[in-house]
Amino acid sequence: MIRVVFFRLMQSLVTLLITSVIIFALARTSGSPADLVLAPEATPAERQAYIERMGFDRPLAYQYLIFLKNALQGDFGKSLRTGQPATRLVFERLGGTLRLATVALLIALAISLPLGVVAATQRGRTWDRVGLGFALLGQSVPSFWKAIVFVIIFGVWLRWLPTSGVGTWRHYILPAVTLGWGVSAGIVRLLRSGMLEVMGSEYIKLARAKGLRESVVVWKHGLRNALIPVITFIGFMYGIIIASGVVIEVVFGWPGLGLLAYESTLWRDFPVLQLTVLLFTVIVIVINFLVDVSYGLVDPRVRGG
Amino acid sequence: MGEAPTGPVLEVKDLRTHLFTSRGVGRAVDGVSFALRRGETLGLVGESGSGKSLTCLSLLRLNPQPASRIVGGAVLYEGTDLLAKTDEEMRRYRGKRIALVLQDPMTALNPVFTVGNQIFEAIRLHQGARGSRLRKIAAEMMRLLRIPDPEQRLGDYPHQFSGGMRQRAVGAIALSGKPSVLIADEPTTALDVTIQAAYLEVLKEIQRRERLAILFVTHDFAVVARMCDRVAVMYAGKIVETADTWRLFDDPRHPYTVALLRSVPDVEARIERLYAIEGQPPSVFEPAKGCAFAARCPHAEARCHDEPPPDVPLEGGRAVRCWLFVR
Ligand SMILES: Nc1ncnc2c1ncn2[C@@H]1O[C@H](COP(=O)(O)OP(=O)(O)OP(=O)(O)O)[C@@H](O)[C@H]1O
Ligand SMILES: [Mg+2]
Repeated sequence: MIRVVFFRLMQSLVTLLITSVIIFALARTSGSPADLVLAPEATPAERQAYIERMGFDRPLAYQYLIFLKNALQGDFGKSLRTGQPATRLVFERLGGTLRLATVALLIALAISLPLGVVAATQRGRTWDRVGLGFALLGQSVPSFWKAIVFVIIFGVWLRWLPTSGVGTWRHYILPAVTLGWGVSAGIVRLLRSGMLEVMGSEYIKLARAKGLRESVVVWKHGLRNALIPVITFIGFMYGIIIASGVVIEVVFGWPGLGLLAYESTLWRDFPVLQLTVLLFTVIVIVINFLVDVSYGLVDPRVRGG
Repeated sequence: MGEAPTGPVLEVKDLRTHLFTSRGVGRAVDGVSFALRRGETLGLVGESGSGKSLTCLSLLRLNPQPASRIVGGAVLYEGTDLLAKTDEEMRRYRGKRIALVLQDPMTALNPVFTVGNQIFEAIRLHQGARGSRLRKIAAEMMRLLRIPDPEQRLGDYPHQFSGGMRQRAVGAIALSGKPSVLIADEPTTALDVTIQAAYLEVLKEIQRRERLAILFVTHDFAVVARMCDRVAVMYAGKIVETADTWRLFDDPRHPYTVALLRSVPDVEARIERLYAIEGQPPSVFEPAKGCAFAARCPHAEARCHDEPPPDVPLEGGRAVRCWLFVR
């Protein structure tokens, strides 16, 4: 067990290292921050002085090693735009992203668990079609498009919900539903096919032969088994929600990591962008780890012993 | 102890369960009739695909849906027709009056719940027990089925049980509703011989005590000889011969039964050759016009091919579905 954890830890560190190289190089292909940070009327000499002060004239590999050395000491540099430490800016936004993603995931589950189960038990009938159609629509319509349509309908026409910013629970609804609906299709389909397989198994026959109510057979004996493969997928989906949250956070003006990543890309604010992307990577790694742990909770066969 | 009722506890009349697939309508169970009395074991034997399992499932109305549907007949439990019941009424018979034990113990238990949990479920449902009494009854049931260390093993998951123990756990579940009919669909096929013998012994003992009626499906004639009072031989969805076990072994009448018994390797006589019955049973989707066995039957006459044979009652309460016995 300890060896497994150690191995996973090493694996995660390598992933982080590779990600940091990629984002470090990629960010710098977008152009020089000097163009944006300095006033348009700055002289070439002022420009040159800025670039030298920030070390942007050094070879890329050298810059990276300096970044790495500082990062290992917990120093991810200061924002080129505001001068505040990148860590502070980023961690301020982390909560917003996690809250939105979690609400979105809960909405996705609230939509897809009943739909997946009902689609399987009513195979070929109305609810099956409704469930699959609804889920498919959510998946195939791009999220920025859904977001805009929602804003028009619920924000502009009906004026039911706020379309931007944070504050109350009502601010969560539009962005979270947009995100959650988008990932529910995969869960519905996976759960449906899982349920179809499980409901044909011998232990379901035995559960029925015992005289259990059909609802107990489906929701206890069936769902619990069909959920096992879905759990991994849900973890994976949580990562997707966080990543695809970039677009949603921009559309809905949601102050999270995604909006920060977007802004710092526009501003070529390398230190902030780097840290944001690294944090995304850490989140995904942590989720995957939690998924592996939770696997043992739902499937006793994996627990060992 | 009440007086034993005179009539059979379970009577099946002309049961028909057809398959509805893309290949058309298949007559998998096509007019099955038999009666089962308290304390009696009726064996159901026949080739693979003859419709034994589907018959068993149909009795509880648990036949696979929408792949199959019961299209006719009656299943009388103490005189009331189960096929006329609503789904909810039918559910109350399952486990409580008629219990089912399935073929494969490795897959019959739900892998994500403890064995105890699955036994509790049945006891809670049928005996209304709760809390510590529930545990006590469950442990008793396990002891009854001779599962060692019942108290500790209640917390185990199915994968921590051996095959023989799983089959006993399934037996404990089936018997915890105190049913009067047990349908056992090849309950020992997946077990090795010694475990099988021990399981059958336990089953017989419980049967004697509870006057349980058992429908026992098997491929194995040694098991038939050990367990069954009477035997019904099934071929292509119909029962072709019914007789007391000893009469059937001594003096099989239907040409299919004769062939089936010949195909059993006789260990004592050291006959190494295994008589395979020549030819194939007809497809359930293309039923024969006359007798389903006619194409493989050494005694087939013209009318065997043209007209389905009637069920002919013979001496000693036996019956055979064959033209050769129509005088
Ligand atoms: N779910 C199903 N869908 C389609 N056909 C089925 C289904 N279940 C059974 N059948 C068909 O019904 C017929 C009878 O099957 P059944 O399982 O009752 O046979 P059996 O006598 O129990 O055989 P075995 O000895 O192999 O267990 C077979 O032709 C089988 O292919
Ligand atoms: Mg079978």
